[in-house]
Amino acid sequence: MLGKTASGLFWMFRYLERAESTARLLDAGFRIALTRAGSSRSEWESVLTTTGQLQGFRQRHGEATSTTVMEYLLSDRSNPASIISMVKAARDNARAVRIALTREVWEATNESWMTLDKLLSGRIPEADLPDTLTTIRQQNALVRGATNGTMLRNDGYNFLRLGTFVERADNTARILDVKYYLLLPSISQVGSTLDIKQWETILRSVSALRSYTWLHGATVNPRDIAQFLILHEQMPRSLAFCYNKICDNLGYLEKDYDNRTQACEMAEAIRTDYLGRSMEMIFDDGLHEYIEDFLASNSRLAKQITADYSFEVTA
Amino acid sequence: MLGSGGGNGEDIRPAYQAFRQWLDRQPDNRVLRKSEQAENFFRKIGITFNVYGEDEADERLIPFDVVPRVLSGNEWRKLSKGIEQRVRAINAFLHDIYHRQEILRAGRIPQSLIANNDAFLPKMMGFDPPGGIYTHIIGTDIVRTGPDEFYVLEDNARTPSGVSYMLENREIMLQMFPELFAEIPICEVSDYPSWLRRSLSACAPPACMGRPTVAVLTPGTYNSAYFEHSFIADQMGAELIEGSDLRVVDGRVAMRTTQGYKPVDVIYRRIDDDFLDPLNFNPDSMLGVPGIFDVYRAGGVTIANAPGTGIADDKALYSYMPDIVEFYTGERPLLQNVPTWRCSEPDQLAEVLDRLEELVVKEVHGSGGYGMLIGPAASKAEIEEFRAKLKAKPDGYIAQPTLALSTVPIYTEQGLAPRHVDFRPFVLMAPNSIDIVPGGLTRVAMNEGSLVVNSSQGGGTKDTWVLDD
Repeated sequence: MLGKTASGLFWMFRYLERAESTARLLDAGFRIALTRAGSSRSEWESVLTTTGQLQGFRQRHGEATSTTVMEYLLSDRSNPASIISMVKAARDNARAVRIALTREVWEATNESWMTLDKLLSGRIPEADLPDTLTTIRQQNALVRGATNGTMLRNDGYNFLRLGTFVERADNTARILDVKYYLLLPSISQVGSTLDIKQWETILRSVSALRSYTWLHGATVNPRDIAQFLILHEQMPRSLAFCYNKICDNLGYLEKDYDNRTQACEMAEAIRTDYLGRSMEMIFDDGLHEYIEDFLASNSRLAKQITADYSFEVTA
Repeated sequence: MLGSGGGNGEDIRPAYQAFRQWLDRQPDNRVLRKSEQAENFFRKIGITFNVYGEDEADERLIPFDVVPRVLSGNEWRKLSKGIEQRVRAINAFLHDIYHRQEILRAGRIPQSLIANNDAFLPKMMGFDPPGGIYTHIIGTDIVRTGPDEFYVLEDNARTPSGVSYMLENREIMLQMFPELFAEIPICEVSDYPSWLRRSLSACAPPACMGRPTVAVLTPGTYNSAYFEHSFIADQMGAELIEGSDLRVVDGRVAMRTTQGYKPVDVIYRRIDDDFLDPLNFNPDSMLGVPGIFDVYRAGGVTIANAPGTGIADDKALYSYMPDIVEFYTGERPLLQNVPTWRCSEPDQLAEVLDRLEELVVKEVHGSGGYGMLIGPAASKAEIEEFRAKLKAKPDGYIAQPTLALSTVPIYTEQGLAPRHVDFRPFVLMAPNSIDIVPGGLTRVAMNEGSLVVNSSQGGGTKDTWVLDD
């Protein structure tokens, strides 16, 4: 397949994933603001930091409130990281790689864009936010479902999966990067009501509160949360899960192309280095450094994939 | 649908009988409701075109009308025979003009028309394109003025567009009114993509080993016909490439794949000659591939349609088409040419200037319905403006009578109403075959009384039925 097409699929699914992830963060932030558990202002700022938008936001708005942050991250078309801009970017990529998508996937993506374009065209009253965020997730689920149900499992599919999981690993690691201090063992293991609310917010922002409770019962504790988000192989947004998928997809490409690329090597090395250790070791070496290093490695892998599969023209 | 008798309803062309009976049986709002749904359908599949210079509406829909245009089997057979003859002649003409130029030696068309024509590519001289085919795809524009009177308006021999509408218009009719297709014997058009692939593959270049790799070359997602380019590539299972995906590697044109550069055998290009190769043609082109033309001449790649085919659909040459058909086929032309005044000839120019109010004047190199004058519909000022243009540069124009174009009905909220139409069937040419899918693109001037059917000027489209009778 064309390098350009592989790149388009990779980025289409990165944008979809990031849009969905942003919707989740907004959902979790909104809940904090509603329940007044803790400072909603610092929660909004952490949402902005997680999405890498704090600076851009400050140039446009003053204080981080529900209204300003929602507007900036949801419907501001001049912000390339707003959900509406990312859904458009996903749709533009889909249009450019139209021939590598089934009709169902293209139509779901195009319809999703049309629906959200309309939905996010004016100011959204606070009361409508939950519904709006639900619609965003549902639209994304339609694209994902059509992809799952109709796409040929060929190289193109592997590239779009790589986009999904590289982005997802990045998003989960960013949440940990901003909230790591809440998960350090030095913080009281018992946890005040405030801590527990904060911990729940972390789980909510990866849509995993229910599955965490299912596995660990009602006691929320920071060590288990960190383990759940980093090493748990069944948790679909954990770093371990993402890297298992990335290694699988690169493995399929290796077999398909009969070519073991540097990206394959790199992905497996990241899996061994970062996910082949225990939580104790991670805490001992420093959770924060660990996350920072992981984020850097993950973005190096994205660059390597871009180079190994000729996404772009080189001299 | 109505004959020349007008709108009294008693003068229905036979081919429309079955459709009319079906329509009369429909409950009041069904057709109107469906026709409103059609717009959503087209938006959903993204069958849009981009309008240059209009930021807001960068993806626009072409209006669709639910009433099909119907041709009987007999009408179609007659028409397709005529088109086949014409296409055969065009291909022979191109071969001749780029080789011995017998038709010039015979004095049947003036030398100056070729020598001074930008559409003529001297670099094609003496070259035999793979399979001997110049025009792999032609879209012949036909208008009708009476029951048995079909005229060829234009022979689009460069990169005719619109075939995606032929296919999608049928698709939506099947979705909206499936019972129609069970009741009425209508020829299928859905074979077009596989026929196209087959006929392109049959012209693989000498360097091709094994199954030919076919690709569609598009200027990119911002081009007005991008939807069509991706649609065609998708339907025939070909790659969709841009100039930036290609480079010349080891004497072949190769595309950048996820596994390195791989040769392409046949390129169905949807960019103009000028932009194909900055080394050989327009040096400013960012759309093409440096050196592709040299590879082509060396037998490393097939370019469809061949570079230089534009000379055959040049408006200045149009008036000579009957001679061209006769010269190469030895037969009388089966389809009529619209009588044409060549403004380059002084006495003809004088007549045109005298009768501007009743004529249609076209730029020789114009397309898309731009830069033309429709005398009967023009204001005095517009006519005077054209008079000045004609005097300043007579050889830039031709003139034709305003034809009494036939109308077919469209569906409006007030019921059926007549509108002017034209028709573009798509012809596929391979070394041993000429295929014409029974159907085509019917364009309709949606505004009452208008004669301009171009999508860039408010024209719409409808499904075209050829009856299997």
